[in-house]
Amino acid sequence: MRFARRAWIVVWKDLTIEGRSKETLNALLFFSLLLLFLFQFALGPDRERLASVLPGLLWLGFILSGLLGLGRTFVGERENDCWDGLRLAPGDKSAIYLGKLAGNLLLMLLVETTLLALFAVFFNVDIGPAAPGLALVVGLGTIGLAAIGTLFAAMTAQVRARELLFPVLLLPVQVPVLLGTVKATEAVLLGEPLGAVAHWLRLLAAADVVYVAIGVLTFDFILDG
Amino acid sequence: MTRALGWLATLGLIGGLVMGFGVAPREVTQGNVQRIMYLHVPTAWVAYLAFGIVFFASIGYLWTRSDAADRLARASAEAGVIFTGVTITAGSIWGKPTWGTWWTWDARLTSAAIMFVMYLGYLLLRGIIEEPEQAARYSAVLGIVAALDVPLVHFSVYWWRTLHQPPTVMKPGPVNMPPAILAALLVNVVAFTLLYTYFVVKRVNTLRREHEVLA
Repeated sequence: MRFARRAWIVVWKDLTIEGRSKETLNALLFFSLLLLFLFQFALGPDRERLASVLPGLLWLGFILSGLLGLGRTFVGERENDCWDGLRLAPGDKSAIYLGKLAGNLLLMLLVETTLLALFAVFFNVDIGPAAPGLALVVGLGTIGLAAIGTLFAAMTAQVRARELLFPVLLLPVQVPVLLGTVKATEAVLLGEPLGAVAHWLRLLAAADVVYVAIGVLTFDFILDG
Repeated sequence: MTRALGWLATLGLIGGLVMGFGVAPREVTQGNVQRIMYLHVPTAWVAYLAFGIVFFASIGYLWTRSDAADRLARASAEAGVIFTGVTITAGSIWGKPTWGTWWTWDARLTSAAIMFVMYLGYLLLRGIIEEPEQAARYSAVLGIVAALDVPLVHFSVYWWRTLHQPPTVMKPGPVNMPPAILAALLVNVVAFTLLYTYFVVKRVNTLRREHEVLA
């Protein structure tokens, strides 16, 4: 129980800071809107064509905003010289990892829901009937993205050229998640039953388990200098 | 000892060349182009071996904090990236006459390419961190993440290419290998494994001396 409480303290701290400053969330929502414009401008107004690439665009949007959001996971600690505070926190460091991960999940799911709503409006897609399946796919994909993203954010927080290194390390590792989510989203939006993409969902679930397990087991080594 | 290993690898490579060009017959459908296999397959095998060793050396480092494990991981990753590069290049050269294109998003090609960029990122991380102990710790974690990600990449890319596209004639090489071809391949696999071992031993020695000079 102590473990869960320690993780919760990290979540609570980050949520309080974010709730007061709102700098990450506001900027990310604005960024999502801009991405939507960019996709429209780059691909032209042809709705038919846009609809066929919608799952890919959607996940591109999630990943790009995820890169920006996840990269900021430890910005507060670094800028305010609180890194040692994290290191000196008593007990198992994986509680800090899980706390940070939970905060990131919350942030990303908020941004993703907004982006999804914007897509539905701008591209005229009816996501109502697909909503339960979509929620499952987005949830599974986001856990995978955030699990490795949180770990790599800690890894690059103290390093030179971190803004560059973070996406360069994260993107290749996320290929399975990207492929799985795009394929599953495509099927869900076409109204196919979830059983048709069961193998992708299993892969995403397996990736989530592997990524979170690595994060929990190795976070101590990242933090503990 | 290292020198002996180097000569052994050289002998193996010469043997591999003799087997590949002299003993193994000319493949009926593809002709001489098929002989690229004697470079392509062994380097691919060595690349996987190298990254496997990075994985175990990384765990070993985090477990024992021994510099030797870190040096092994680093040397093996460097060799692995080189061999993956050779595999992809050789495959690309082989692909042009047989498939008619330098590059196709075939499952195995794609997973090799992703593995290549993943470990390039690993070397980039190592290069950017100046503090050796921090570099060792961080890259050990990345070495574990990358190795466990490889099977996931493999499955996802395989499904991505094969479930929605029927398998094309893009499988190079004969299905049933004649014994002479198989023997030539095996000699080359052994030769390239020796070459890899020589590279790693040599690199580990250099890294250790570098460490001793700087310490």
